[in-house]
Amino acid sequence: MKIAVLIKQTFDTEAKIVVKEGKVDPSGVNVIINPYDEFAIEEALRIKEKVGGEVVVFSAGSDKVTESLRKALAMGADRAVRVELDGVAVDEGVVAEALAKALGEGNFDLVLTGWLAIDDRSAQVGVRVAEILNLSQINMVTQLELADGKLTGSREIEGGMEVVEVPLPALITAQRGLNEPRYPSMKGIMQAKKKELKVVNASDLNISAQPKVEVKDVFLPKAKEAGKIYKDDMAAAVSALVKALREEAKVI
Amino acid sequence: MNFQLNEEQVMFVDMVRKFCQKEIAPIAGKSDSEHLFPSETLKKLAELGLMGVSIPEEYGGSGGDYFTYILLIEELAKVCASTAVIVSVHTGLGCMSILHFGTEEQKQKYLAPLAAGEKLGAYALTEPNAGSDAASLQLSAVDKGDHFVLNGSKIWITNASQADVFITFVRSEAGSKGAQGVTCLIVERDTPGLTISKPVEKMGLNASHTCELFFDHVVVPKENVLGEVGQGFKVAMQLLDGGRIAIGAQGLGIAEGAFEYAAGYIKERQQFGKSIAANQGIQWMVADMATEIDAAKLLVYRAASLKTEGQPHGKEASMAKRYATDTAMRVTTDCVQLLGGYGYSKEYPVERYMRDAKITQIYEGTNQIQRLVIARHLLR
Repeated sequence: MKIAVLIKQTFDTEAKIVVKEGKVDPSGVNVIINPYDEFAIEEALRIKEKVGGEVVVFSAGSDKVTESLRKALAMGADRAVRVELDGVAVDEGVVAEALAKALGEGNFDLVLTGWLAIDDRSAQVGVRVAEILNLSQINMVTQLELADGKLTGSREIEGGMEVVEVPLPALITAQRGLNEPRYPSMKGIMQAKKKELKVVNASDLNISAQPKVEVKDVFLPKAKEAGKIYKDDMAAAVSALVKALREEAKVI
Repeated sequence: MNFQLNEEQVMFVDMVRKFCQKEIAPIAGKSDSEHLFPSETLKKLAELGLMGVSIPEEYGGSGGDYFTYILLIEELAKVCASTAVIVSVHTGLGCMSILHFGTEEQKQKYLAPLAAGEKLGAYALTEPNAGSDAASLQLSAVDKGDHFVLNGSKIWITNASQADVFITFVRSEAGSKGAQGVTCLIVERDTPGLTISKPVEKMGLNASHTCELFFDHVVVPKENVLGEVGQGFKVAMQLLDGGRIAIGAQGLGIAEGAFEYAAGYIKERQQFGKSIAANQGIQWMVADMATEIDAAKLLVYRAASLKTEGQPHGKEASMAKRYATDTAMRVTTDCVQLLGGYGYSKEYPVERYMRDAKITQIYEGTNQIQRLVIARHLLR
């Protein structure tokens, strides 16, 4: 079984975010593997441990991303590929095409990734890669079974569960609950630096997509203000409250 | 001079830290108050290869270096000093003595299962009348040709309640004095005549069980001699400096763990209409603590780095142990002070850190002995 896992490096969930010149300031912020992508890595490793094969991790980004790929290797992935995006204007569509092209000739039976990244939360890349490579897909999977060359994935839907079966090759996006990711073992950490980590330049991948999405601004939510209490006589208070709801909060 | 951990070390510390936060921190308080030996934690540590970090892979370990082992002890001590000393005695003394002095057969038979974490090691040197003056030990071993017969006792033996293998120092030449005539033996737990007392009631470090050992005509075959007959004290000396660095790392971790908690607390705690961290008197305490912790860290890392590189490190190990453990005591005491009444209460973790810190100034060579060692290095 050849399994690919697409991962994204994101800010630590506990990091204090500082916005500078319309961008999140990366200096001094701890980075982690997107937690949903960690579920994907763990699932890939479990499938490999059961049926054998190879797990290859892919990530698009600068050299900084190497750290996260090494961690995936330390967890047990066999090799890694980094798609260098230097000088390429990107949005989710471009990243998806870059990753799809990098996966290209790999003949993967299964591609796993997290259903969204916790930073921009756009939930685009996995599904787009599946579309580009014409793979069947199940999204937001909380339980996955492999039998007779078919995958059965369970996903939560409004008021219940949906169980979906797809033939291989397929792409699965992971939701919380799929598994509990392992810690990299000491031996895994020691072996990680000996494993292959290939760099592919996006400029060599003949990407045709152009970014269609432009980020206009990034800002922090307004600091929460203290609540306001209207305590004149009842009629005046209600009237002032309704006025505030209409004119300040603009909710009615 | 480079004061940065390398990529691999960063990844290692990151992994251990996550493990500690998730698997140890939530149970550390209960393990202390109920004196629970953390067997489940040790099993999980073994799965990650952390019971034999610095032991080569061919003997069941993870093949890491000594520095990595020190990073592990520091991280463990940040959340649970008991777990730190259990791992330290097991790996740094139990496993390392067999690694350095064992025959190939001894390594296969004893070291491999120890380093893999399938078995637990202990180290039996101290006796009721041989503490700081370890070379005055009296546990008698009478040579009977192909075996020794042991009679006597040992005290303060960490891990004794659970250990499978005891690295035991005996007097194998009747009437000999000091380091001469001391032999080191590998003694298995279930050897007839060996009795292990109930854990001694202590001030702290309660999840680590410390017991007395009683030897009544205990037969140990000659093939279990570690090193050479009569040369056992070399084993103790060889491991001494490394053991001191590890306890320095334990003290460092205790100080860091308590400090991290107290630093968070003082920002939240409101008195006189502002957080108590806004008071200059508190800020000075925080600044001093952080500076001393950093100094301790540099001393511990320097000693560990010298040992890892095979350089002389005796003086540096004693300096690191002395300073880091004194820092642990001072910092934890101040952390209790910062939390006030809550700090003294068992509802908050800092009093545990303060009780645990005390022993680090005492064992693995009291801090008075460390000063003697440092002075001897300076004045020879």
